[in-house]
Amino acid sequence: MNDYRTKDKVINFAFVFPALLIFSIFYLYPFFYSFILSLHRSDGIFTYDFVGLAHFRDIFQDKAWWRSLYNGGYITFWALTFQNILAFSLALGVDRAIKTGKIYRVIFFILPVLSEIIIGLLMRTILLSEPGILNQWLDKIGFGFMIQDWLGKEHVLLTTSLVHCWKGFGWAFIILLAGLQTIPEQLYEAARIDGANYIQRFSKITLPLLMPVVSMVIVLTLLGTMQAFAMILALTRGSGRLTEVPVMIIYNHLRGNQVGLACAEGIILGFILVLISFSMFAFSKWVKEKS
Amino acid sequence: MKRLFGFLSIFIIIFTIPLVFSGCGSKKPKDKKIIIWHWMNDRKDALENLASQYKNLTGLTVEFKLFSPPDIYSQKVIAAARSGNLPDIFGILGEKKTMSSFIKANHVLDLTPYMEENDKSWENSFYPQALEVNRFRKNNSYAIEEGIYGVPIDLTVMEFVYNKDIFTKAGLDPESPPETFEEFLSYAKTIKETLGINGFICGWGEGWLINALAVEWAINLMGEDKFIQTIEGKVPYTDKQWVEVFSMFLKMEHSGILADNITSMINKESEDLFSRGKAAFSFNGSWAVNVYKQLAPDLNYKFFPLPKISDNYPVKIWGGAGSSFMLHKFSKNKNDAVDFLKWITSNNQQNFLSKETNNLPSIKNCQEGLPEVLIDIVDVLDSLTHPNIWPINENSRVLEAFNSGLQQITMGLKTPAEVCAEIQKIKERVSTK
Repeated sequence: MNDYRTKDKVINFAFVFPALLIFSIFYLYPFFYSFILSLHRSDGIFTYDFVGLAHFRDIFQDKAWWRSLYNGGYITFWALTFQNILAFSLALGVDRAIKTGKIYRVIFFILPVLSEIIIGLLMRTILLSEPGILNQWLDKIGFGFMIQDWLGKEHVLLTTSLVHCWKGFGWAFIILLAGLQTIPEQLYEAARIDGANYIQRFSKITLPLLMPVVSMVIVLTLLGTMQAFAMILALTRGSGRLTEVPVMIIYNHLRGNQVGLACAEGIILGFILVLISFSMFAFSKWVKEKS
Repeated sequence: MKRLFGFLSIFIIIFTIPLVFSGCGSKKPKDKKIIIWHWMNDRKDALENLASQYKNLTGLTVEFKLFSPPDIYSQKVIAAARSGNLPDIFGILGEKKTMSSFIKANHVLDLTPYMEENDKSWENSFYPQALEVNRFRKNNSYAIEEGIYGVPIDLTVMEFVYNKDIFTKAGLDPESPPETFEEFLSYAKTIKETLGINGFICGWGEGWLINALAVEWAINLMGEDKFIQTIEGKVPYTDKQWVEVFSMFLKMEHSGILADNITSMINKESEDLFSRGKAAFSFNGSWAVNVYKQLAPDLNYKFFPLPKISDNYPVKIWGGAGSSFMLHKFSKNKNDAVDFLKWITSNNQQNFLSKETNNLPSIKNCQEGLPEVLIDIVDVLDSLTHPNIWPINENSRVLEAFNSGLQQITMGLKTPAEVCAEIQKIKERVSTK
């Protein structure tokens, strides 16, 4: 009997082993190695000098790092509000548009599929004062008073946030639409028979049933936006720290052979994101229980 | 269970039999071949042409393997070094500190004995500044044994460049570029006011470009010694001469000559706009000759030395070895590889490279293949400066604050004094550490 159990365990483990091996090599090892590197002053090539928690102390004193977190937070605020409300509104619209739904789905999902670098460079060409494609369009359609330097110091952070929303709302749209389509139609029919109007149906059926999906979208938006980087790099290159985000700082430190510091920054950012994500899940659970 | 073991047996047989038999064949003697890794996309054809000439001449195969863009190349070389798979010859991109890491890890051959053969004939053929980039002097700050660890194959220099046609249109003498900062500002303003064309454009979104210009002005104002003393921590960045250097960028911003979005512009973008006549002046490297040739073959332009901000010290030009090759310390083809490097840095081959790639040669008395626009630059090759030839380099955290501070001044976000104070604060923090 025992032999059989041991054999069974070995066989089961043999099936799991390849996945475990891959997970260990590509996830666990880099995670722990990053932590070890963060305790060293290393160029990432051959030198490793142990410095303890000096990098972490250094990061807390670094104004540029906190500024980048503020920038990331600002872009995230726009993504959470403008981007997700837009995605939710469009998902609600498409959910009802049975015949044309598929076409809209494709249209709204094209942007997230495109490379972030391409979107960044494309939007840069449109927004720059030279050649000034957007400004030329505005002039032609009689909105000349709106012409301005969209990537200038006054607007660059807001412009970056809106471009990020424009690129990112497709993901939220698809997830919310999928969530909406799981709500049984009979619930709405029963509510209609009971005399519930659209607002009541939305607040009493759609919103509570969609809450788990909404909280997932919020967490994904938070994680995705705080780690946004490639599009911003292509669009503004940081604009003298005005649009510098945490991952851009990590990237620059990696390029500057400050691997230990970059790893410490990565760990702090990861910790902040994990903390926010768990808080969000706890909040969503609380809302669900209340409702 | 039996089925499972059956599957496993078949799996093992399929994968092990070819391995077993692959070792049984008769071994063919491999042809001797020198492998060279590089990142120079623009020089790919010229280098391969040279390799084929060398094969015809000596019968030895030289294979140039291109890995581009440079970021990818750098990672490739580092990974190869760590796994012990470096080729016979390779280049190291980045600061001298990176090169020193490779040397410390025993990956780079000291070429001094080869350079010193025949009364140092190979060593003396190079421009000293080109070789200096690959040389480690006695008691250097990197703790590397004295020696020459690389072979420069070309030179790059960073200078101001102006569009002669725009000068003519604005009523300025196209053969008289500005010599002082005031003249430069006045010419650029005239062009902006009369033609509506940007006075100055540069890829200042890339920190190193704005840094190079600030360093040239700093050396002109305070001299190379005081500049080095700042890096050593003996002179603070809050020194009034540093504030004055940073003020030049504020003056440029206030005069309205800077192109819009200059601090988010990459060099490729600025090269494109300059070649399309969208700006009168730019600050760029000698490699731009090749770029402008491809973008606008008829562009009428000329390089000129830094418009000086003082008469205190002579102008130094940012430049040195453009691209260098290092020899793998444990290469089996060491002597053949050295012979090839000697051949590629001899007169005919350097002329060929200059002609084909529009780059400055790394050896002296070799200007046959140079385009006219580069011939003027040859005169300044005795007054070059570059981080890789300084005895000490600035900490990268300080450099980061330096470059972004300059960007913030040109965006009108901070004053020169504020930026200098911030840099000094970071300098003190990293020095204490």
